[in-house]
Amino acid sequence: MKPKSSLQLAPAAHRPARHDPLYVRILLIGAAVLVVGILVVIPVINVFYQAFGRGISGYFSALFGDRDTRHAILLTLIVAPTAVIMNVLFGLAAAWAIARFRFPGRTALTALIDLPFAVSPVVAGLMLVLIFGLHGYLGPWLRDHDLKIIFALPGLIIATAFVTLPFVARELIPVMEAIGSEEEVAAVSLGARPWQLFWRVTLPNIKWGLLYGVILCNARAMGEFGAVYVVSGRIDGRTFTMPLRVEKLMQEYDSPASFALASVLTLLAIVTLSVKVLVERKTRLDLAEASRLQAPGETT
Amino acid sequence: MMRVLPGFRSSLTLALMYLTAMVVVPLVACVATVSSLTFQEFWAAVWTPRARSAYALTFGASFASAAITSGLGILLAWVLVRYEFPFKRVLDALVDLPFALPTAVAGLVYSSLYVENGWLGRFLVPLDIHLAYSRSAIVLVLVFIGLPFSVRTVQPVLESFDVETEEAAHSLGATRWQTFWRVILPALIPATITGFALSLARGLGEYGSVVFVSNNRPFETEIAPQLIVQRLQEFHYREAASIAVVLLAASFTLLLVINLLERWSKRYEA
Repeated sequence: MKPKSSLQLAPAAHRPARHDPLYVRILLIGAAVLVVGILVVIPVINVFYQAFGRGISGYFSALFGDRDTRHAILLTLIVAPTAVIMNVLFGLAAAWAIARFRFPGRTALTALIDLPFAVSPVVAGLMLVLIFGLHGYLGPWLRDHDLKIIFALPGLIIATAFVTLPFVARELIPVMEAIGSEEEVAAVSLGARPWQLFWRVTLPNIKWGLLYGVILCNARAMGEFGAVYVVSGRIDGRTFTMPLRVEKLMQEYDSPASFALASVLTLLAIVTLSVKVLVERKTRLDLAEASRLQAPGETT
Repeated sequence: MMRVLPGFRSSLTLALMYLTAMVVVPLVACVATVSSLTFQEFWAAVWTPRARSAYALTFGASFASAAITSGLGILLAWVLVRYEFPFKRVLDALVDLPFALPTAVAGLVYSSLYVENGWLGRFLVPLDIHLAYSRSAIVLVLVFIGLPFSVRTVQPVLESFDVETEEAAHSLGATRWQTFWRVILPALIPATITGFALSLARGLGEYGSVVFVSNNRPFETEIAPQLIVQRLQEFHYREAASIAVVLLAASFTLLLVINLLERWSKRYEA
C-alpha cells in the first residue's frame, strides 16, 4: 500500500491542470452520448420494437410456434454449450501451462491461441470444408465409413469451437498471472493432490474470470454466423442455428419473426454485459479486500 | 527453475494437441490445397477484376471504419476517464455491446434502421444519405463492430496518464488545447494505432453483419469473404481457398504489426 502523501488526494478531475471549461465538458459528453446512442442504444431498442411488432402473443408464436425456428433454438442450445465445454477444457489447460510455467515457445503458444481472432469466420468454415467436405482430404474416407461432419452437427460444433477458441484462455491467463502461485505452492507443500489443488485452491481463485470467459465464449458461440454459414449447408429443419434462421426468416420477408429471434440473441448479449460488470466489481472488491488484509503495518 | 506445481506436461500436451487439431491442421490444409495449383492458376483465381474490386472494398471499408472508430475511441475514452456524469457506468458498459452482440443481429437491425422508412433512414434518405445497401452501409456497420477495440485500447493509457505531466505543461503556460494536442495526444498514439489495427483486422474478416447491410452486388458491394462463399457455392474449392490465403496473409501481417506495436508502446511507457 502506498503511504498517504501530504499532497492533495482530490480526484484527478478537480485538479486545476485537468479542469476543462464547462462548455467543453458538456460538448464532449454530449457527443459521446450521441455516438453510443446512435450506434448502440437505438439499434438495441429497435430490435425489441420490431420483435414485438405483432404483439406479445405474436412474439411468442414466432419463437415457439414455428417448427424450424424451434429446431434452430434447440440446435444452438446443443452446438454452443458443446463448443464452450471444449474451449473451457482447453482454456484451463493452456492457462495453467502458460501462467504457471516457463518453457521455450511460451510466447509462440500464446500467439497461436490468438490466431483464430485473425482468421475470417468464412475462411474458418472453408478450411473445414477443405478437410471434411466430400472433395476434401478426409472426404472419401468419411464417406466410406458413413460419417458426416460437413452439413451436419459435428461440423457446426467444430466451426463454432474454432471461432471462439481464444476467449476462455484469454480471460484466464491474465487472471492466473495476477493471482500468482504462492497459495498453490503452499497447498502442494502441505501435501495437496493435483485434483485437490485444482478444486480447492485454483478454481476458487479464478472462478470469476472463468465465469466471464464462459459467458463471453457462449455469447459468441450462440451468435456465430460466418463459419457456421459455410459448413451448415442450410438444410431446413436440420442444420439451421439461431443466427442462420434469423437470416433465413429475413429472406422470406418475415421480418417480425426474424427480429423476435434476434431479440433473444440481443438479450443474451445484454446478460453477458451485465455479468461482465458484476465480475469486474467483484474482482475489484476482492483485490481491495486482499490488500486491506495485507496492509496493516506495511509501508512499502 | 524447480517445478513444484503438478500438471505441466499434461496441461501443455492437451493444449498443444487441441491447438494442432483445431488451428494448425486446418491452416495447413488450406495452404496445401492452394499449393497444388500452379502459380498461373493461383493468380488467375485471386486476381480477377471481380476479386480485385472485392479486395478494394474490403480493405477500403475496413480502413475507413477503423479510422472513424479511432477518432470515436479517443472521444469516448476521454469522456469515460476524465468526466463524471450520470449513467457514466451504463455508457461504459454499452461500449462493449458490439463485442457481445451476434454480428447477424447487428446486420439485421442496421439494415432496417437506415432504409427509407426506417427510424433513422426517414431523416437521412431525403438528404440523399444512403446508409443501407450501399458501401457506406458497410463502413457504418464496421464502425459499430470495431468500436470496443479502439475505446478499450486507449482507455487504460489515458487512465494511467501522469497528472504531473499535464500540470507541468499547465504551469509552463500551455493552454488546455495545447496540452491536449502536444502532450496528451502523442502519448495516446501507440494505443490508438493498436486499436486501429485491431478494428482493421476485425473488419477484414467480418461477414455476418456485412451480408445483411450490403446487397452483395459484384463489383459494387461485394466483400472478399462474400466472394469466398460464392466460389464455394459454385464448388470452386481451390479458387475459394486461394482468395482465403490472400485474406489470411493480410490478417496475419496485421496481427504481426499489432504485436510489434504493443511491444513498441510498452517500451514507450517505460
